[in-house]
Amino acid sequence: MLINHPLLGPRDAQEFTYLGDASLLNRPDGMAGGAAQAFHDYLYLRDNPTGEHRELWYHEQGDRSWLIVTRNVSTHEILKVELASDVALSQGAKP
Amino acid sequence: MSEQTNRLSGGLIDTSKSLQFTFDGRSFTGAQGDTLASALLANGIRLMGRSFKYHRPRGLISAGSEEPNALMEIGTGAYREPNTRATVVELFDGLTANSQNAWPSLKFDALGVNDLASNFLTAGFYYKTFMWPRAFWEKLYEPVIRRSAGLGSLSMQADPDSYDKGFLHCDLLIIGAGPAGLMAALTAGRAGAKVILADEDFLFGGRLNAEVEELDGQSSADWAARAVAELRSLPNVRLMPRSTVYGAFDHGIFGAVERVTDHLPATAKAGLPRQTLWRITARQSLLCAGATERMIAFANNDRPGVMLAGAMRAYANRWATTAGKRVAVFTNNDDGHRTARDLVAKGVQVVAVIDPRENVRAIAEYPLFKGAQVVGAKGRLGLKSISTRLSDGSLKSFECEALGVSGGWNPNVSLTCHQRGRPTWHDDIAAFVPGGTLPVGMSVAGAANGDMTTHSALQSGAEGAVAALLALGISATAPELPRADDTSINLQPFWYVAEGKSRKWIDFQNDVTVKDVKLAHQEGFRSVEHLKRYTTLGMATDQGKNSNLGGLAVMAEMTGQAISQTGTTMFRPPYTPVAMGALAGRSVGKEFKPTRLTPSHHWAERQGAVFVEVGQWMRAQWFPQAGETHWRQSVDREVLAVRKSVGVCDVSTLGKVDVQGPDAAEFLNLIYANGFAKLAVGKTRYGLMLREDGIAMDDGTAARLAEDHFVVTTTTAKAGQVYRQMEFVRQCLRPDLDVQLISTTDAWAQYAVAGPTSRLLLQKIVDPEFDISNGGFPFMSCAEITVCGGLRARLFRISFSGELAYEIAVPTRYGEAMIEALMAAGEEFGAVPYGTEALSVLRIEKGHPAGNELNGQTSPAMLGMGRMVSTKKDSIGAVLTRREVLSDPDGLRLVGFEALDAEKPLCAGSHLFAKDAIETAAQDQGWLTSAAYSPHMGKPIALGFLKRGDQRLGEVIKAANPLEGSTVQVRVVSPHFVDPEGGRLRV
Repeated sequence: MLINHPLLGPRDAQEFTYLGDASLLNRPDGMAGGAAQAFHDYLYLRDNPTGEHRELWYHEQGDRSWLIVTRNVSTHEILKVELASDVALSQGAKP
Repeated sequence: MSEQTNRLSGGLIDTSKSLQFTFDGRSFTGAQGDTLASALLANGIRLMGRSFKYHRPRGLISAGSEEPNALMEIGTGAYREPNTRATVVELFDGLTANSQNAWPSLKFDALGVNDLASNFLTAGFYYKTFMWPRAFWEKLYEPVIRRSAGLGSLSMQADPDSYDKGFLHCDLLIIGAGPAGLMAALTAGRAGAKVILADEDFLFGGRLNAEVEELDGQSSADWAARAVAELRSLPNVRLMPRSTVYGAFDHGIFGAVERVTDHLPATAKAGLPRQTLWRITARQSLLCAGATERMIAFANNDRPGVMLAGAMRAYANRWATTAGKRVAVFTNNDDGHRTARDLVAKGVQVVAVIDPRENVRAIAEYPLFKGAQVVGAKGRLGLKSISTRLSDGSLKSFECEALGVSGGWNPNVSLTCHQRGRPTWHDDIAAFVPGGTLPVGMSVAGAANGDMTTHSALQSGAEGAVAALLALGISATAPELPRADDTSINLQPFWYVAEGKSRKWIDFQNDVTVKDVKLAHQEGFRSVEHLKRYTTLGMATDQGKNSNLGGLAVMAEMTGQAISQTGTTMFRPPYTPVAMGALAGRSVGKEFKPTRLTPSHHWAERQGAVFVEVGQWMRAQWFPQAGETHWRQSVDREVLAVRKSVGVCDVSTLGKVDVQGPDAAEFLNLIYANGFAKLAVGKTRYGLMLREDGIAMDDGTAARLAEDHFVVTTTTAKAGQVYRQMEFVRQCLRPDLDVQLISTTDAWAQYAVAGPTSRLLLQKIVDPEFDISNGGFPFMSCAEITVCGGLRARLFRISFSGELAYEIAVPTRYGEAMIEALMAAGEEFGAVPYGTEALSVLRIEKGHPAGNELNGQTSPAMLGMGRMVSTKKDSIGAVLTRREVLSDPDGLRLVGFEALDAEKPLCAGSHLFAKDAIETAAQDQGWLTSAAYSPHMGKPIALGFLKRGDQRLGEVIKAANPLEGSTVQVRVVSPHFVDPEGGRLRV
C-alpha cells in the first residue's frame, strides 16, 4: 500500500507501524468521575466497520509522524491522510 | 551421447550452438533457444516424471509455466532446486537435470504400486482412512504418506545463491509480451509514457513465436522481433524478459521475479544475483497474459506423449521438435486443426485428427474423423496407440507416439483475482473472463480478456494502452494495426469422454480424475471451494491452470447447473512458484537484521569478551581471563569485583530520549505512573511506565538537566516501543504541550561505573572543578560536566547493582577512548570490565525488575510498585491499574527465592507449588522469572511471582521444572538479597 503522507508525499506502507482505530485520540480524563468505565470503553470497545475506517499509522521508519488514515478496509482505498496532531488540536486536545 | 532424433527443421533456435546437458545422468545435446523440455523432446524423451499420488509415468503436456507434470530437480549439491518445470528452464551448456518422486528410477518406480491400489486411493481416502487412532497420524501415517506422495526433495543445505530486491515505477506496466502486450507497448512507448513490459518467457512474442501466421505479410515471429527491436530503441520503455509478475497488490503495486542468471552456465554468473524480486509501482497496468489451453479427459489421457495441441504446435514451430514421428490430434475446435496443419508442413506424419464436431473440414492433408472421440490410450512409459470411437460406432486404433489435445483455451485471469476480481463466464469461448473489481488501475487486453484471435488481441492491446494512458492524462493514438488472422476457432464445449473404464485425468499434478469429482459430488462436496479441498483439484505449483475448468465442468454436469452457476475458485498470488530465497533477498544470515555494536565493542573484542545478541545489539556477555575454563568462573569474579571494589559495564544500549520544552515536566508526568512535576533540576528519578491497560510497559530513569530539559532512559529491549508511545502521547493526546522529543540512544556512549571505589575512580576522570563527593553529588544526582580535560559528559549517580555507582556518558565517538581511560584509571582499584551476565546477577541480587519481570503481563502491584502509581494526577495506565484483577491483594507478588540445597541450580520458568501440593495447573501458584547463582549469597537465588508472595516470606515451597523433570525446594525471601536498606547506595 501507499500512504500519501501530508508532509512527505506517497510513502510505502512498510515504513509505517499500524496502531488501530483513530478513536484512541479521544482519551478520557483519568481524574474525572467514572474514569474506570470510560477507560474500559476507550480501550476495549471498538467499532469494527466494513468500508471506511479512520485509523492511526506511525511513520516509524520515517519522520515519526502519527497519521490518521481514512481507509476503506474492504478495498484498501485510502481516502484521506491527516497529521494526528492537527486533528487532535482541532478537536481541542484536553489535559 | 544420444541423437536429436526428433529434431525438425526451422524454428527459433540456433542449432549451430550445440549445448550439452544431462538428464538422470545421461548426456544429451540441445540448441541455443531450447528449453529443457524442448531439448528432451528433440532427443526422443517423453517420460519426464512420476505423478504426485499414484506415481504414474508422465510426460510433459504444455510448453509453458502451467506445466503440471515435467517437474524436475535442476542443479546439484546445494544448488539443487526441486519442482522446476522443464518447460520454462532455458537450456544452457552444462545443465544438470534429474527426475524426482521416483525410486529407484524413472522407468521403474517402486511406488508405482500405488497405482494398482488406486481403487482405494480415491479422493478423500486419507481423510477417511487415517482418522483413527488419532495418535498414529503424527507418528506413523503422515510420515509414510509424505514419503510416498511428494514432489522433489530439498538439498537440506543452505541456499548458496544470492538474490536481490529492487523497486521500479512506471506509468504503464504491461504484463505479457504476446500480440496484445507488444501492441500496447508500441502504442504507449511511442506516446512517450514510461512503460515496463514484462514477460515470463526469455523470448518476447508469446504465441506469435509459436504459430505459422502472417502479420502484414511477414511471419508473426519476425513481426514480434521487429516490434521488440523498436521498443528496445525507446528510452522510456523497459523490457523485462524472464520476469514473472506473480502478484497484484494494493494501490497498483506488483511483485515480479526476474530470473537474472538461471539461464547462464555457472562460469557466467559471477557477481550477479540469481534472481531479483521487483516491487513495481504502476500508475496503470494492462494485463496481456494470454490464455492457457485445456485438456479433454479420456481414459488414460495421461500417457507420456499426450499433450496439449497448442503446445505440440509450439514445439514444432518455435523449437523445431516433435514428441513423435507419428502423431494424432483430438480437438473440439479449429485450433487443434492448426496443429495438424503445421506438423504436416514440418513433415511429421499426422495419422488422425479426431474431432467430436460433425460440421468441420480439414485444413491440410490429414485424415479427419468427424463426430469421433478418443476413448483410450496405450503405452505406460510412452504412448503407443490410441483407440477411437468413430461416428459410425466402430472402434479404430491408431498407432502414434504423440497426441495433441485441445479442449479450448482459458483466459489467464489469475492476476485479476488477486484483489477482489471475480471471473465471469463467457459462453462464446466457454471460459471465464476477468470480472468484478480488478486491482486498482488494471485493465485487460488480448486473449486474457477473451479476445482470442491475433487481430482482436492486437486491437485490444492498442486500445487498452490508449485508454490506460488517457486515465493518466497522456494522449496516445493507436497505431495502424498489422493485418492478422481473425477467424474464430468454433469451439464446441466438450469436457470429457464418457466411454471407458480406466481413469480419466483432469488434474495431472494432483492425480484427480473425473471419478474423483463425481465422488466429491456424491459425498456432498459440491461447492467449488469444497470440491477443491476434498479432491485437491487445482492445488500445488500449477494452481489448476489446465485443470480447474475440467473439474468444474464435471461438477456442473453432476449438479445439473451451468458452469456459470457453479462458479470458479479464486486465484491467489503467486502466479507461479517463487523461491523463498527471492522473497528473502539479501535479508539472510548476518544481514537478516541490522547488527548494532556498542561503542566499546572493538575494545571488548580485544579483551577477549564473549558476546551475546540482545535484539539487534551485540553486547559483551563476560570477559574471560586466563585460567578460567567455565563461564561461571568469569561471571562470579566480575560480580565479586563490583561488590568489593569497582567494575565498568557498557550500558549504551539502553534507550535514551531527550525531552525538551517548557512543558517537559508536565509531559513526563503523563507518561510516567509516578510523579515528575516536582523533580528538582540536577536530580534523577526512577520512573515506571504503564500501558494504558494498566500493565507495566517499561522502567527507567528520567534525569532533569535543566528546568526544560530531561533525559529519559528506557530498557534496551523497549527503546523503540517507549519512544513510539511517547510520540503518541505528544502528537495524539497532548499536541497542546510545548515539548519536543528525540531519540539519542546512538548519540551517547554510556558506562556504568559500579562498586565501593567507583567514586575514587571517577574523580581521576572528571575534571576537578566538578565536585562529585557524596555531599556535592549525592545519590540520584545528575549533571552536565566535563571529563579528561574538557570533554563534555553527563554524569548520573544511579545504581542497578545496589552498590555506590554512577553512569557516565560521553559523545559516542569518544566511547572507545572513554572505556580505555576508565580502565586505566581503575587499574589501582582492581577495576574489571563486566558483561551482561554479571549485570544480570547483580540486579537479581538487588531485586531490580528487568525484561523477565516486565513481560507484558505484570501490573505495578505485582511488581510491588502499586503505591508508586500516583492518584494525584492523570497518567497513562493509572486508572486501569486499579482494576480488581491487577490490584488484588491476594494476587501474584514479586519476591525472592533461595535454594535450600546450594548444589541444585534454580531454573527461570519453573512453576511454584506449595510444599506438599501435586504439580498440576490447578495448584500452580506462580513462576520463577529470573534465576542465577549468587556469588554474594553463595547459593542459587531467583526472582519470581508468587501468589500472596509478600505475605509468605520464610515459607518453603517447591519450584518444578517439568521440562527437565526436576523439582527443588526454595525458601521465599525478600527480593533484595543485597543491602535491603540501600545504605551502600548513599555512602
